[in-house]
Amino acid sequence: MRNTVNYFLISPALLISILIVFIPGLLTVIVAFTDWNGVSTTPNFVGIQNFNELFVDGIFWKALLNNAKWTLMFVTVPIVIGLLTAMMLLKRKKSKSAYQLIFLFPYILAPTTNAILWLNIIFNPVSGVIGYLKEIGIPIESPLSSVNTALYAVASVDIWHYWGFLTVIYLAALRQTPAEQIEAAYLEGCNGWQIFRYVYFPSIRPTFNIMFVMIIIFSFLTFDYVYLLTGGGPSHSTEMLSTYAYTFAFSAFQVGKAAAIALFMSFFGLLASCLYIWMSRNDLKN
Amino acid sequence: MKSSSLAKKKRTSVLSHVILLLFSISALAPLSLVLLNSFKNQTEIIRNPLSWPKALNISNYVDAWHAANFSTGFINSILLTGTTIVIVLIASGLAGYVLAGKKIKATQAVTIYFMVAMTIPIQLFLFPLYFVLAKFNLIGNIYAVSFILAAVNMPLATFLMRTFFMNIPTELEESARIDGASTFNLITKIMFPLVRPGLITVSIIVGISVWNEFLITSTFLQGQENFTATLGFLSLNNTYNTNQGLMMAASVLMIAPLIVFFLVVQKYFIEGLVSGSVKG
Repeated sequence: MRNTVNYFLISPALLISILIVFIPGLLTVIVAFTDWNGVSTTPNFVGIQNFNELFVDGIFWKALLNNAKWTLMFVTVPIVIGLLTAMMLLKRKKSKSAYQLIFLFPYILAPTTNAILWLNIIFNPVSGVIGYLKEIGIPIESPLSSVNTALYAVASVDIWHYWGFLTVIYLAALRQTPAEQIEAAYLEGCNGWQIFRYVYFPSIRPTFNIMFVMIIIFSFLTFDYVYLLTGGGPSHSTEMLSTYAYTFAFSAFQVGKAAAIALFMSFFGLLASCLYIWMSRNDLKN
Repeated sequence: MKSSSLAKKKRTSVLSHVILLLFSISALAPLSLVLLNSFKNQTEIIRNPLSWPKALNISNYVDAWHAANFSTGFINSILLTGTTIVIVLIASGLAGYVLAGKKIKATQAVTIYFMVAMTIPIQLFLFPLYFVLAKFNLIGNIYAVSFILAAVNMPLATFLMRTFFMNIPTELEESARIDGASTFNLITKIMFPLVRPGLITVSIIVGISVWNEFLITSTFLQGQENFTATLGFLSLNNTYNTNQGLMMAASVLMIAPLIVFFLVVQKYFIEGLVSGSVKG
């Protein structure tokens, strides 16, 4: 009886998730092997044709490479900034909360707001800061309009909005480090770097690992900032798997191909999850 | 020896202050530019986007409010966010209660399911969902979209609620049972009031994420009359990209309420972020 009640209690959450995420997700797996256009009621099974076409599609590889570059940028720059600022805030008794709030401002704002404000006030070649610099004689173009710099410009905006989140997470984890260990390290004469490397870092390792894996997963899903700032352009230089899939589904109405790309994205998420398990297994051994 | 190490300590402290200040400036500078330029007209902005405004001209704000159709947009945003929060609170609250006590055999399976659901791409279920909803004429329906956003936020909300329920001593539930409380009474009268901070935290985390959401709302909420504030704001960019003052005023209207709200609920928000990510 009690058991039935408990299954009843968990059913709303499960039902909503299964109806909206799980079943459509399964459909996507099936659709990836069809030529469905989103409207037709009789899509044809085409086997692995969608995948074959993607494998010879230069833009698909370009998108995959961009996702890889994005991942590399995100597992370095925001993590370094986050750790550095968190370590510095650790010693600030009074100003700590004020800094945390300021660092979180960009993080809590909508991607749309952040993207539009950067597009307009910074990157606009006429009325933005870029336009002003040009006006006073500095030869500079909007980094969004060049195929060589667009990816880095988009990533900069996303990192600008994201790193404060890591600061807050790392700071909370750092504060759980046992005080005796830190004192002992000071008495041993460790310098700041050594204390970080041998006391703080091992202590925040579980949090560090989970964030690391999350960053990898979400780097392969990244969509908002790219879509809003460049839409994948110029000439696919910022194309991501997510934006490419979106274009296939809603501009070209090749839903089968969009589904195939979505499967790819999920696959990388799965790889990252395995990476996490592998990482925690190493921790367990020690 | 001692004084030199003190001096060194002081230098590091000054250096860290400088670095923290630089990062603060980098976070705030673009936002300040938005505020400055929201009071200027286009010629003033082109001349120098970094200059102080000549007058506190609020006409950009009035124009932006009408152009972005913010009176409809904010109501829709409130409806969408409110409905989603209610759905998530009920469903994830109950699920968190069950998972925290390992009350069903499938606890582990459900936990793993939600872990996977949290990390799969929205694109994995977006396309079939869109064409099914289109078939049932639900594109533009705010309540239908609330359920989608609730599903997206459900795993994290459930894990957060589970953590809050786990902090309640089990003796409390046992003694209520012995006193003859029904499951319904136990949950509504004892458990939910005890996890009120958790319910607030989840509301805030989910609320901000729904308020800011882009991919799902822009895909499903078509038709100007169904636009959220975010989508109304976004629609300006195509029409008014040569009227930067108006764009900046609209941005302030998007930014200011969120910052004020954030400052009010910061404690709960930060607690939510941290308990969702920090592993002990």
